Amino acid sequence: MRETFVETTTALLDEDPRTALVLADISGDAFEPARRRHPDRVLNVGIREQLMTGVAGGLALTGLRPYVHSYAPFVVDRAYEQIKLDLGHQDAGAVLVSIGASYDGAASGYTHQSPGDVELLDTLERWTVHVPGHHDEVAALLRDAARHDDRVYIRLALQENSRAYPDGGRLRVIKRGGPLVVAVGPMLDPVLEATRDLDVTVAYTNTPRPLDAEGLRALAEGEVVMVEPYLSGTSARQVAEALRGRPHRVLHLGVGRDEVRRYGSWQDHARAHGLDAVGLRAPIEEFLW
Amino acid sequence: MTVTALPTEEIRTLLRRISGDEKHAPSSYSTLDVLWVLYDRVLRIDPRKPDEPDRDRFLLSKGHGPAAYYAVLAAKGFFPVDWLDDMGGWDSPLGNHPDRLLVPGVEIGTGSLGHGLGVGVGVALGLRAQGLLEPRVFVLLGDAELDEGSNHEAIAYAAAIRLPLTAIVIDNQSATHGWPGGISARFPGWITSVIDGRDHDLIERALTRRHHDRPNLVVATVEPKG
Repeated sequence: MRETFVETTTALLDEDPRTALVLADISGDAFEPARRRHPDRVLNVGIREQLMTGVAGGLALTGLRPYVHSYAPFVVDRAYEQIKLDLGHQDAGAVLVSIGASYDGAASGYTHQSPGDVELLDTLERWTVHVPGHHDEVAALLRDAARHDDRVYIRLALQENSRAYPDGGRLRVIKRGGPLVVAVGPMLDPVLEATRDLDVTVAYTNTPRPLDAEGLRALAEGEVVMVEPYLSGTSARQVAEALRGRPHRVLHLGVGRDEVRRYGSWQDHARAHGLDAVGLRAPIEEFLW
Repeated sequence: MTVTALPTEEIRTLLRRISGDEKHAPSSYSTLDVLWVLYDRVLRIDPRKPDEPDRDRFLLSKGHGPAAYYAVLAAKGFFPVDWLDDMGGWDSPLGNHPDRLLVPGVEIGTGSLGHGLGVGVGVALGLRAQGLLEPRVFVLLGDAELDEGSNHEAIAYAAAIRLPLTAIVIDNQSATHGWPGGISARFPGWITSVIDGRDHDLIERALTRRHHDRPNLVVATVEPKG
């Protein structure tokens, strides 16, 4: 996904004089050819994430369309107040593109992990959040974001599904059956494997914000399981609002709230948080039957 | 000193409309003289067209205590003077910290300290990237505001890329731990000057001087915060 991001953003910089890119060293080498061609619009501020976001706000105020990029804990957690004030409060837009997701940086420890990024953005108004499940979904999301001035967060991960669903903006039914299981982004493959012999409907989205409330109302019959690759329960409010006035039960599965003080790989952490197929199966089955 | 250039009576009247009392003389507002000189003699901004792309930009980073800012903007015709009568009120567009979406002429909404300089760097870069080389960018900070670490990210970066923007620090010695060695020492790579923040000719001279390849710091010293 990261390579697709570099390719697509480089192309946007070539095609659209409104596009700008602000970096804080991360991926600086990958964008060096673009920086040489567009030194005024490819800006590496050094390891200064507060400034990275503030500069993006300033660029947006002059009419440019800034893309802002770093690891999720640095682009979201560290610069949260700049996101809130230098973008949101100014009504300025930007496209934040993170790598690292919840625990891609497992071997680097908790300092390089951001399971709470989407929940943090949920405290702010009017953020669109994309969580692509496959690298072939990334380019279209980046290009769509170039066509307006809204605030967009694109969360890239190492974990990918085996196939892309370019039309994953709304809830897309992958498997039709009984109670609804919603898989966000790279959670689709583990959900499909976990529910292979269960009578469930599996729906996919790579755009959890705004959550497709209409689709959720159409597909949910009483029980819903939300499986998300960030903090468990992040979408609880959105699901409750979508199903307001209708009796329902919801199980939220995602990254646990307790820090896992272990290193290893993203696969190890997925297992530790119960987000691999084996870990998902038991709570889904227990909840639905 | 040429303090007489401040239209004292007009500003006093406007400030009285904000504060509702006689206690606050114009001299009690640390930013007032710099703001007046900026809007009276330096900035190229038409109050009737405050969104022109090639206007100069003034960013009040020190969003605290914006009474002097509002008084100057009202005096220059950015909004009706009767807006000053209900500052902070439910129906007023003028808050205790300014909001760019509510007040014509206000470039950024500030209040939480340490945001204006970073955004100002972005504005300067955005103008340059679009070939708008004539507009200038000014950011006003307080000396206590410099305690915020985010400023120092912007200070170092602006120096490294030799970005021609102007930071003005109003020094009324309100930083809790002071700035041993002077404020200018915290701006390596900048062209710096320290002036009397009440002397209009000195302020004008410091702010109209253009430096095309370096950021410019003007420390405007006023009476210590009492």
